[in-house]
Amino acid sequence: MAVELVAIGASWGGLHAVEHVLGSLPASFGAAVVVAQHRRADYDDGRLERLLGARCSLPVAEAEDKQALDPGVVLVAPADYHLLVEGGSVALSVDPPLHHSRPSIDVLFSSAADAFGERVAGVVLTGANADGADGLARIALRGGTAIVQDPETAERREMPDAALAATPGARVVSLAEIGPLLESLVAGDVEARSL
Amino acid sequence: MIGADHDDARERLETELLLDAIQRRYGYDFRGYAIASLRRRLWHRVYGEGLQTLSGLQERILHEPACMDRLLLDLSINVTEMFRDPGFYRALRERVIPLLRTHPFIRVWNAGCSTGEESWSLAIALHEEGLLERTRIYATDINDAALARASAGVFPLERMQRYTENYLRAGGVEAFSSYYTADGDGARFDPALGAGIVVAQHNLVTDGSFNEFHLIVCRNVMIYFGSELQEEVLQLFADSMTRNAILALGRKESIRHSRHAADYEPLDATEKIFRRRR
Repeated sequence: MAVELVAIGASWGGLHAVEHVLGSLPASFGAAVVVAQHRRADYDDGRLERLLGARCSLPVAEAEDKQALDPGVVLVAPADYHLLVEGGSVALSVDPPLHHSRPSIDVLFSSAADAFGERVAGVVLTGANADGADGLARIALRGGTAIVQDPETAERREMPDAALAATPGARVVSLAEIGPLLESLVAGDVEARSL
Repeated sequence: MIGADHDDARERLETELLLDAIQRRYGYDFRGYAIASLRRRLWHRVYGEGLQTLSGLQERILHEPACMDRLLLDLSINVTEMFRDPGFYRALRERVIPLLRTHPFIRVWNAGCSTGEESWSLAIALHEEGLLERTRIYATDINDAALARASAGVFPLERMQRYTENYLRAGGVEAFSSYYTADGDGARFDPALGAGIVVAQHNLVTDGSFNEFHLIVCRNVMIYFGSELQEEVLQLFADSMTRNAILALGRKESIRHSRHAADYEPLDATEKIFRRRR
């Protein structure tokens, strides 16, 4: 089954990594993309949207509550909110931070797994904590595709290492290979799916 | 959902039965809540009770009202802070207060006020604009325990540094510490501010309109509601507004896709402050 939703989580050093992955996706990319990037609660409103939008051919927007997921559109969790997948849309929450983080990657990934099952691919990028590990495991448990940035190529390897410890069968790929892999998953390439 | 396995179907059934049971036994209706956050909060309570399943939680809730109280806290306490989103309070001063000033008496509804940090922040802002004496802030919430805290106006002293920073960025002109006195590990806010706040229990899902307001502030409350329930609450607000009243939502909430969208014009598009067209 082709991937219809890509969920990306990043923390320390993540801006560069997220830019790299999103920048490698073509304007014709056929899946919706959601991103949880850790940052300060009072991080400038809209700044991440502008930074990423400038370097990527897909439209990038900070998510609004109940905004619809559309193929080829990137929705970023706003600073100081959790982003959740709710049916074919997203929802926000101001529940307490998890792993000291809001947005939390686990919250995003778990809800994506619940809503999209095997039609979601989760990507854990660089970071210096363990957020995303539980969420990625849930994606794998529900038949989705688990992808982890090769810790050797990550600016901080703690988060990829934690994700791999929780999901040993996850695909480990270098930053440069993540975009092409996502393209083939969205195209329904069965070989790309198999672990 | 396509591809749903057996466990998904069972969890959905258990969730429906649990919410039905709560509605029939206690009158609280969570059936229109957004499912992703609701699911997290329900499971949080399942584990908090040392249980394994949503069905187990249902059994305990039906037999132990105290368990329902605990779930209600999980489902309704929205942790917030004083002067959260300073930009909202700046917009309030610059764009909303001048409109409110034209009324001899001002009614404000802080809907879903939780533990009251926002209500007291509004009171401070209105006080500094010289309007609090002719304003009544109706602070309502579904949860009595939260309302008791909102009514007391005592917030953790350890939060005051953070709130002071927010207050200054929000355009505050006084010494923030002049509004409270230390009381143990709490900061007790000036009762004169509280005199402008009326605290009352009100359930946005099941209760009706109870007054007409010049300003309704409902920030980051409806994000927990599903789209249909959001429409119903927007209708409740429409029924509770004076002519050309103002509606303030959270900065990442939208009425763009609502059937009520055409009834409002943006007063501040970034801060999601809207003015009713009629």
